[in-house]
Amino acid sequence: MLEVINLEVYYGGIAAVKGISFAVEKGEMVALIGANGAGKTSTLKALARMLPSAGSIRFCGEEIAAVPSHRLIGQGLGMVPEGRGVFARLSVAENLAMGAYSRRGDAQIDGDLARVYEMLPRLKERNKQLAGTLSGGEQQMLALGRALLGRPSFLLLDEPSMGLAPLMVQKVFETIQAVAASGVTILLVEQNAKLALETASRGYVMEGGRITLADSAANLLADPRVRQAYLGE
Amino acid sequence: MDTFLQQIFNGLTLGSIYALVALGYTMVYGIMGLVNFAHGEVVMIGALTALAVIKPLAAAGLPGPLAVLGGIAVAIPVAMLLGFCIERIAYRPLRNAPRLAPLITAIGVSIVLQQLAMIIWGRNYHSFPPLMPATVREFGGAQITDLQIIIVIVAGAMMVGLLLLVNVTRLGRAMRATAENPQIAGLMGVDANRIISLTFVIGSALAAVAGVMVAANYGIAHYNMGFILGLKAFTAAVLGGIGNLAGAMLGGILLGIIESLGAGYIGDLTGGFMGSDYQDVFAFFVLIVVLIFRPSGLMGEKVSERA
Repeated sequence: MLEVINLEVYYGGIAAVKGISFAVEKGEMVALIGANGAGKTSTLKALARMLPSAGSIRFCGEEIAAVPSHRLIGQGLGMVPEGRGVFARLSVAENLAMGAYSRRGDAQIDGDLARVYEMLPRLKERNKQLAGTLSGGEQQMLALGRALLGRPSFLLLDEPSMGLAPLMVQKVFETIQAVAASGVTILLVEQNAKLALETASRGYVMEGGRITLADSAANLLADPRVRQAYLGE
Repeated sequence: MDTFLQQIFNGLTLGSIYALVALGYTMVYGIMGLVNFAHGEVVMIGALTALAVIKPLAAAGLPGPLAVLGGIAVAIPVAMLLGFCIERIAYRPLRNAPRLAPLITAIGVSIVLQQLAMIIWGRNYHSFPPLMPATVREFGGAQITDLQIIIVIVAGAMMVGLLLLVNVTRLGRAMRATAENPQIAGLMGVDANRIISLTFVIGSALAAVAGVMVAANYGIAHYNMGFILGLKAFTAAVLGGIGNLAGAMLGGILLGIIESLGAGYIGDLTGGFMGSDYQDVFAFFVLIVVLIFRPSGLMGEKVSERA
């Protein structure tokens, strides 16, 4: 479904991503793990066309490297950005409405909204509140619900556990699993390697802008290099 | 006290106009963090374009208010096109440039437009024909003309319309989302460039109407009328909290009233030493005071984002 060949991302003259290649098949959940500064977020931002990059990005068989960011959701590629990125001065309901922005006139929006509210009841309780006043976990739920309202077939998730209390992390990941079970393909970037590999079916390890390991999640969890570097053993 | 009420009426009229122009500044600033110093010139081009249409229409025997409406009907699209072109030519190529660069092109565009208007319309003051009803009404010892009432009502209606557009419609929601974070709005499918263009176009339409109001209110229009007006409207936007729509409206009306009261009383206050030609001083004095005690403006409060 997603095929990345020789992706390079530069900030000024510094390479953040140094020619990586990987693929995600339809229906999979793939984790991209690695330390701070390994290039994970840069990779996701390049995929969402929020950063210029070199190399090929094929999504559903089409080259999207030259497609502007705002056209991607219409093609089914959604993203929950790092730090959640909810619109703090918009209400919860308005944030969700923004999620459905690309589906103008779609009669199914109301049904999808009801499903999001059902899956994330806190959002319904607080739907008139400004998003900036929500707790971090609620904001993460909102960011996720908002992305789902764009009806993505493929979702890029950037650090969904960042800055959340353990209980909230668990809730967020339960929701992510529910989304995956509903048939959405997911590429998950996480610093919390254990959690990511327990949730995903396959994984890639990034180090210094390169992919250094690629395997099934179970094998990566058992790999001594991963255990030592990312699982704190 | 009739002077007081009179100056309030005058200030409300003037303030309504400032508010319309201030909205153009504040909308653009809110979306892209840019002070569009060419905005005053859009007001001026709007006024002179309208005048160029109104004069022949009136000469052809059309009733005054209809001629003015005809002028506005032409001035609005002209100003919208101008606003669109200003953004396209002077700001879009600099979207990722340091913030000082578009500020300089803004001043450049302002100068170019003034010179262009001078070439087209000359250096002379153009008198705005007295086409609007000038009936004077008495309220508690103060006088108010029908034209003043029309200005306040039309400006008020436009402000309400803008607030509805921004707060209730899908487009307005996209504008607010883009103002907050254009990249993330992009992930939702919002084309930030389109939103920015629309912001300039809407602000320019308000500016054109404001231009006609100024010309009708003072009875004159000329090629550099946009400069000081633009500066005051910008002051109003800062006074209210730049980036905040309600703030621009409040700032505009407050500034108009302060200025009028200042002009009305400065002679008495200084024993005749200073006359009403010092009214501009008030506007900028107020700006300085506000910036010292409330740097983000009267309504410039931000919702803090919890991590």
